[in-house]
Amino acid sequence: MTQQDAAPGSGTHDGGQGDGPVPALRVEGLSRHFGSLKAVEDVSFKVRPGSRHAVIGPNGAGKSTLFALTAGALRATAGRVWLHGDDVTSLTEHARARRGLVRTFQHSSLFLRATARENVLLAVQRRHGVQAQPWRAVTRRSALVREADEVLDRLLLSHRSGQLAGALSHGERRQLEVAVALAAAPSVLLLDEPAAGMSPADTHAFQEIVLGLPPELTVLLVEHDLDLVFGVADHVTVLHLGRHLLTGLPAEVRASDEVQHAYLGAEDTSALFFEEQE
Amino acid sequence: MSTDAGLRSRGRRLPLRTAVLVAVVTVLLLLVPWVFGAFTVMTFTRALVFAVLAMSVNLLTGVAGMPTLGQAAYFGVGAYTGALVGIHWSELGVVQLALATLAGVVAAVLTGPLAIRGRGVAFLMITLAIGEIGYTAAGRLDSVTGGTDGMSGIPPVVVTPGGSGLVNEGLIYYYVLVVAAVSYAAVAVLLRSPFGLTLRGLRDNESRLRSVGYRTDSYALAAYVYAGGLAALAGSLWASSQRFVAPGDLGFEISALALLAVIVGGVGSMWGACLGALLVVFTRDYLGQQLSGHAPLLLGILFVLTVYLLPQGVAGGRAQWRRLFPKDHGGDPGTVTPT
Amino acid sequence: MTGWLDAHLVSMVDGVAYGLLLFTLAVGLSLVFGMMDVLNLAHGTLYLAGAYTAYALSDGSWLGLLVALLVGLLVGLAGGGLLAAAVAPLQGRGHLDQAALTLGIALIAAEVMAMFFGAEVLPTAPPGSLARSVSVLDHSYPLYRLVFIAVAGVLAVLVYLAFERSSVGALVRATVADRDMVRAMGVDTRKVLFGVFAFGAVLATVGGVLGAPIIAPGPGIDDRVLVLSLVVIVIGGLGSVRGALLGALLIGQVQTLGVALTPAFAPFLLFGAMLLVLVLRPQGLSSLGRA
Repeated sequence: MTQQDAAPGSGTHDGGQGDGPVPALRVEGLSRHFGSLKAVEDVSFKVRPGSRHAVIGPNGAGKSTLFALTAGALRATAGRVWLHGDDVTSLTEHARARRGLVRTFQHSSLFLRATARENVLLAVQRRHGVQAQPWRAVTRRSALVREADEVLDRLLLSHRSGQLAGALSHGERRQLEVAVALAAAPSVLLLDEPAAGMSPADTHAFQEIVLGLPPELTVLLVEHDLDLVFGVADHVTVLHLGRHLLTGLPAEVRASDEVQHAYLGAEDTSALFFEEQE
Repeated sequence: MSTDAGLRSRGRRLPLRTAVLVAVVTVLLLLVPWVFGAFTVMTFTRALVFAVLAMSVNLLTGVAGMPTLGQAAYFGVGAYTGALVGIHWSELGVVQLALATLAGVVAAVLTGPLAIRGRGVAFLMITLAIGEIGYTAAGRLDSVTGGTDGMSGIPPVVVTPGGSGLVNEGLIYYYVLVVAAVSYAAVAVLLRSPFGLTLRGLRDNESRLRSVGYRTDSYALAAYVYAGGLAALAGSLWASSQRFVAPGDLGFEISALALLAVIVGGVGSMWGACLGALLVVFTRDYLGQQLSGHAPLLLGILFVLTVYLLPQGVAGGRAQWRRLFPKDHGGDPGTVTPT
Repeated sequence: MTGWLDAHLVSMVDGVAYGLLLFTLAVGLSLVFGMMDVLNLAHGTLYLAGAYTAYALSDGSWLGLLVALLVGLLVGLAGGGLLAAAVAPLQGRGHLDQAALTLGIALIAAEVMAMFFGAEVLPTAPPGSLARSVSVLDHSYPLYRLVFIAVAGVLAVLVYLAFERSSVGALVRATVADRDMVRAMGVDTRKVLFGVFAFGAVLATVGGVLGAPIIAPGPGIDDRVLVLSLVVIVIGGLGSVRGALLGALLIGQVQTLGVALTPAFAPFLLFGAMLLVLVLRPQGLSSLGRA
């Protein structure tokens, strides 16, 4: 039962490769094959500490698989994953989560028969190491409850804390999805298409939430909604057919011909970035 | 499904109502030996033992989401352990209960890792196999269990050191009632604890639990061990109250009836499980006797009616009861049900 | 080796008969579970109904058996239809409610049958001309069992071909593989539910009519064949005709050869095998939804 809190970047060997600060997250040569299908093939990139890093790519680019490999939900065929300089490739999903690498789910994955507050409490109590204590009501442990309520407050869900997760609206579930992950006190937060199925208004509100996250928290975001991506990301990685195409600043990605051809198959970048090209 | 208002208003009113309800039920249970004859009192005793077993099944099935057909095996481990301790070592109830529970815990620790390899129906089938193997073993290990003849000659249980054994069925009833009440309280505390929340999380969404850092198999095993210990405790009560243990006490029928009691009571609700156990035992032993041995028929009707008319069990929400017995006007605006 | 074989030949042939009998039961249970995700714990009751039908109608003549078969078929159709209608309203409510309902129905049906046929096991005679023994490799063996093996073997092959080769079989296999997809293609799953239930039930009752001289009807027999069928489908895999056949033949041998070889361990062998398969491949069952 290791207690984690922003796992330190000590014990680093090779993870940072010596240039600049140790990346919060680094994947190197990551591959995953399903039979003859190479869903992800030799993908490498780094995510800086405190960065808002987006992964984009057309359908079938391998975003979801890459995400599962990073979180540890899938085993990699080849390649390695480093978290703050520590090799976590052999660790299971829950062990990575304990070290601060916490994911959300594309299709809201909540505890539908528990209240919103209990959803968050599940993450909070694990972090405090009391998840196996069979005495004293969890709701009477004021330190835990206060912490859970703070997270709900940050995700604008305070008014719904007593509701069953199953009774929340789609947008609220997406917010709770992030709240549960945040309550696990990640140092690197993996967001899997957080805006999937959200209305434009909800997406906009969500963008504010992401922008309001603590600056020291590293966020890796896989997302279809490019308005959201270019609204929050400071770095963008583009995947295409399972391979890494480009990692760069948003402006570089927008200007790239390579991205334009491969990503869109269209000649006109504006179809992709029209909102941003006013 | 209750509306938001219904949930909240219920939450506010709960404490007083619960206190009154607990008081009434306690008084009624305490009155049983004064009101009823010996046969009925013994039926109540069996129902209480069965209620503890049903709580154990419900802890796995309803709370942790792992439906089991094997709890009778741990019930049997507790029954035989309690009986053996009583015959060979100590007639003291506390000693029998403690050692029986310990034996159940050990058995669950040893077999649990196999059981939790599966979830859902796979878990159900693994526990079925464990239960059947336990049943077979009980019938074959003649030197330990007395084989298919069963184990008799269990001395009356003694409550305080130097006291005399309980032979009066009213006193045995009180002995079982006290232990069952303590078990209920312990389980109720557990359900509200962080561990209880962990188990509900396991039921609702295991993969999400993993993603926030839970090694979920550990908690599934922990639930299995708790439930095994509780079932064994019930087994010890069985040995003390019946003073006879046979392989039939850990057969498929007992596991199935315990699971059905949980379903009748309302999966996930502990008082529902107890009520379900009461219903099942009284249908089988009391009504069944009145109708000259047609207990299975009555049980079958009970199960079919419950599934159709009370989908969430006896304990599951007032909405379904209201649908069964519609009133002219909704008395409680807080719990109007949307359909 | 030949000595060993000779000594246990009777057990092994018994095992084949027993296995084929189990197959007629398990295949319906397996398909209903694999295709419709319904756990039907009243399946053993259907066998018992068929076996009682044979007891009541067969008078040692071929005509009696034929009538029993026809009535058994009708009983199967009616029983399957009733069960399908009973579980249809429970769509989406999980396996526990199905288990409680079908177990309740099984209890009621068992009690009703017990009212008519009493609490004794009723040995059922095969048609007179088959009720004798023949000599097989110097062993005296009941002729009826050999005929049963032939008939049930043909039945198994027919069922196998129907599911592997026909278009209905293709639909069935597709439903096992991806229920939602088939639903999305516009197939009326209610019709499929009734069809599969009726088919499985008829197989079970016909198995009961033919199997009555082998596993005689009596109270508790329904539970026994149900549990054995569950073991078979766990070992053979869900929704697979071939798996059900292999699993049934294996369990048949465990129940006969196993008893002959290690009488003390045979009961453990049965559930030990089931446990082993489940522990090694739990996903074989759990991937098809949770209870």
